Amino acid sequence: MAGSNDGAPKSRWSSGVAPYVEMGYWDADYQPKDTDILCAFRLVPQEGVDPIEAAAAVAGESSTATWTVVWTDRLTAHEHFQAKAYRVDRVPGTDQYIAYIAYDIDLFEENSIANLTSSIIGNVFGFKALKSLRLEDMRIPPIYTKTFQGPPHGIVMEREFLNKFGRPLIGATTKPKLGLSARNYGRVVYEALRGGLDFVKDDENINSQPFMRWRDRFLFCMEAVNKAAAVTGEVKGHYLNVTAGTMEQMYERAEFAKELGSVIIMIDLTIGYTAIQSMAAWCRKNSVILHLHRAGHSTYTRQKTHGISFRVISKWMRLSGVDHIHAGTVVGKLEGDPNSVQGFYATLRESKVAINPVQGLYFEQDWGSMPGVFPVASGGIHAGQIHQLLHLLGEDVVMQFGGGTIGHPDGIAEGAAANRVAIEAMIQARNEGRDYLNEGPEILERAAKWSPSLAKALEIWKDITFDYASTDTPDAVVTPS
Amino acid sequence: MRITQGTFSYLPDFTDEQIQAQIQYCLNNNWPIAIEYTDDPHPRNVYWDMYGLPMFDIKDAVAIMQTLAECKATFPDQYIRISGYDRSLGRATTALQFIVQRPADEPGFYLDRQEVSDRQVRYTIRSHSVTRPRG
Repeated sequence: MAGSNDGAPKSRWSSGVAPYVEMGYWDADYQPKDTDILCAFRLVPQEGVDPIEAAAAVAGESSTATWTVVWTDRLTAHEHFQAKAYRVDRVPGTDQYIAYIAYDIDLFEENSIANLTSSIIGNVFGFKALKSLRLEDMRIPPIYTKTFQGPPHGIVMEREFLNKFGRPLIGATTKPKLGLSARNYGRVVYEALRGGLDFVKDDENINSQPFMRWRDRFLFCMEAVNKAAAVTGEVKGHYLNVTAGTMEQMYERAEFAKELGSVIIMIDLTIGYTAIQSMAAWCRKNSVILHLHRAGHSTYTRQKTHGISFRVISKWMRLSGVDHIHAGTVVGKLEGDPNSVQGFYATLRESKVAINPVQGLYFEQDWGSMPGVFPVASGGIHAGQIHQLLHLLGEDVVMQFGGGTIGHPDGIAEGAAANRVAIEAMIQARNEGRDYLNEGPEILERAAKWSPSLAKALEIWKDITFDYASTDTPDAVVTPS
Repeated sequence: MRITQGTFSYLPDFTDEQIQAQIQYCLNNNWPIAIEYTDDPHPRNVYWDMYGLPMFDIKDAVAIMQTLAECKATFPDQYIRISGYDRSLGRATTALQFIVQRPADEPGFYLDRQEVSDRQVRYTIRSHSVTRPRG
């Protein structure tokens, strides 16, 4: 942070180091404009650092400032380009503060997540004067969202394309995730799809390894998809992962998937923001649905005091343009506080999202007419949890049961059927007005009477839960009334 | 075979009472009901024939069940499906869709494989009801 002003007061333009607050990066009276991008940062200053100066420093370094006064600022309309910290709240009982910062829209290039993030998370997270920093949420105004393509299809178009309405979509990830030959891999895909799943998925690290090259996998998987469509009369899909080392290779794999007639392809978050936007444009142009696996995100989303909240990643990915994104299960094997996860789902699916401290939503977000993204719930979920999953996650979601399909004792198709019977029985009960959350186990037991596949699934997984405390939770909690 | 399109194809066929409960759910959500029928349930046959227009103004599930009964009597060997439609801004799409009648014997599909170069296969799904029509 800036050193002290020794001796006589300096003017704003005296050479040397001045506090960011005095350089115009703090304005307690600032009224954010409708066109501003707003950010909420959780910051922990080092001992002795004033939190307001810390907030101003974050505003400065993520917009126009450097560590010392520069006379070249005077060649610009600097007041316009300076980000302004305008509010700092202490988080009760902690050494954390929430700092609100407004950025003028002119600071950012249209249609570029790379540019947006290079500004806002570019330098500031390494600031020595901060112990830690986390980007909690952003308000992105429609004037900026309108510069992005958004999801190539969106929830409504995808449902119409797949001819699947009124229930969550269901899928599974092929297991074991590494080591199967292409021919055996396709067998898993065929069995799961003919049994009742809508989708099967490559895992994030299935790309093109020596045990199974991408082209062989694509050919066998499309045999499986088409055969399953013919025996069920349904549209079926397999997320062919086109993630690769270069854009040229990804385009080559995507073109081949399209040529084979795949309705969907898949990419990993590890390919980077610009590559994601490029693949989103390709998918819009070629009528192929785009699935995103959030590989790597927990390295920076999970810890409450440093990194980026997944609700921000959700916003960036809706702008970048993906049709599916993994967003948590609450009940499964991976991190996911129920309220936070519901906040991610709202961010991905709704047109207008209201402030909701309990769900960790710091700002209103108006998506205008940008289509919604299908959240994907994947990782340690099974048929016995369907009532909880439907209650927590709603209907516009892809539920993926990998182990919960392939691990079924009677076979993969039976595992798939168990999941499909469970979801359809629960939707029927919900629509009939039943209290399906509380009566869920009973509804499933009744369906299991005529569905041996479901009976077996309930028996084997009935006691499986993953009950650990979440690390990433909103500050606000619901007070029982 | 049993085609598994629609929201409830993995459940035993619904009774009239169960069908009416689903229609009532749609009406409670202000989703008008449409009835459609076809002899070709190809997965890409989007436009089944409409049994009249969508019933925008009929809010009575019993009256809709009567119309469904007429449709079944007229087309006893065809597939019939019911849809609830959500016209709200941002949706404007089908909200629920399920099959309520099937032919006694579902003819199914044939997967036609055309082998082309470099191990590729061109797949075409053909409906037996169209390639081998009864009678």
